[in-house]
Amino acid sequence: MVVVRYRGKEYELKPGMTARDAILKLGLDPEAVLVLRNGKLVDDSAILEDGDEVTIVAVVSGG
Amino acid sequence: MGNSRMKCRKCGRPAAINMRRHKLALCDECYPAWFRGQVERTIRQFGMLAPDDRVLVAVSGGKDSLSVWDVLLRLGYHAEALYIDLGIPDGGYSTESKVRALRFAEARGAVCHVVSVRDRYGLSVPELAMRRGRGHKVCSLCGLVKRHIMNGFAWEGGFSVLVTGHNLDDEAAVLMQNTLTWQPGYLARQSPVLPADSEGLARKVKPLCLMYEREVAAYALVCGIDYIQDECPHAVGARTLFYKEILNQLEQRSPGAKAYFFTQFLRAKQSGAIRFVEGEEVALHACERCGQPTTAPGLCAFCRLWQSDTQGDEG
Ligand code: SF4
Ligand SMILES: [Zn+2]
Ligand SMILES: [Zn+2]
Repeated sequence: MVVVRYRGKEYELKPGMTARDAILKLGLDPEAVLVLRNGKLVDDSAILEDGDEVTIVAVVSGG
Repeated sequence: MGNSRMKCRKCGRPAAINMRRHKLALCDECYPAWFRGQVERTIRQFGMLAPDDRVLVAVSGGKDSLSVWDVLLRLGYHAEALYIDLGIPDGGYSTESKVRALRFAEARGAVCHVVSVRDRYGLSVPELAMRRGRGHKVCSLCGLVKRHIMNGFAWEGGFSVLVTGHNLDDEAAVLMQNTLTWQPGYLARQSPVLPADSEGLARKVKPLCLMYEREVAAYALVCGIDYIQDECPHAVGARTLFYKEILNQLEQRSPGAKAYFFTQFLRAKQSGAIRFVEGEEVALHACERCGQPTTAPGLCAFCRLWQSDTQGDEG
């Protein structure tokens, strides 16, 4: 399993998908987020593996 | 580890970010230098800063302001920061963001000044909004308070230039809003550099104005800058968020669209192809209480806010 965190919530996704797949699966805009895998920034084409801890970071702020 | 299909163009390691608008993928080691180079170029292109400038950076504890401060320090500028404690209690927003700003400063041996709105004027921004009976407009009041304190602090402290962390997405969102509603006055004034237009108002520059918001966040993350990720609770539903969303949809379809929208606007203005006739130059007076310039004789909009008998208005 790949554990994905986004805005304080946790999701479980199947391994083998790309970071971009995960972003789209959560219904997010790839322009508006970044992906950290095990704490390191990875580009959208990175393949997520079993046991990976993924954090999706929203980059848009509106103040 | 090497489970990234895209490689860094400079060194071949796995990419940390792919920037479609530049057709450029970079790893986490090559990215920060590239980013700083871009900011340096922007500073030069618009003549934003001179090496001997005394720079004051307005920091909020967010990614943009801490990143621009980080870049300026690394480029060797004398850059101090000002954090304005607005006293926003929800979710500990003000406390959390202040801690981030101060920690950042401490780790770099840099100076971060703090002005607390409540300590200095007796009420926090939300309390002031409550008292003025315009709780629904906390943000416009907050903007007025921040502008006033920043201008005053820069002037009194002898800073020659005030830096803000506005990124390209911020600028494009404002441009879109002002274009959709045709605001010639705002369009005339929107610029990466605002000259010190009268005594008492510092020059303002935006060194990140050509960087995408996503690129700035990537810089902060890769450099290990601990910024506040939670939004100010009052930003929820902000207009600019809506425009940013639309602009990102354009960007999805056509990489570079956001940058093109903003830079072509600047170019057209600069060349004179588009001209906005500004309203008549209004004479400025010094506020009777604080001395900052204001359009009407008497007190400025900020000082009127704190009078207990009259309703303050914006200005
Ligand atoms: S969102 Fe509104 S209240 Fe919060 S910091 Fe920004 S302007 Fe101030
Ligand atoms: Zn590299
Ligand atoms: Zn005043």
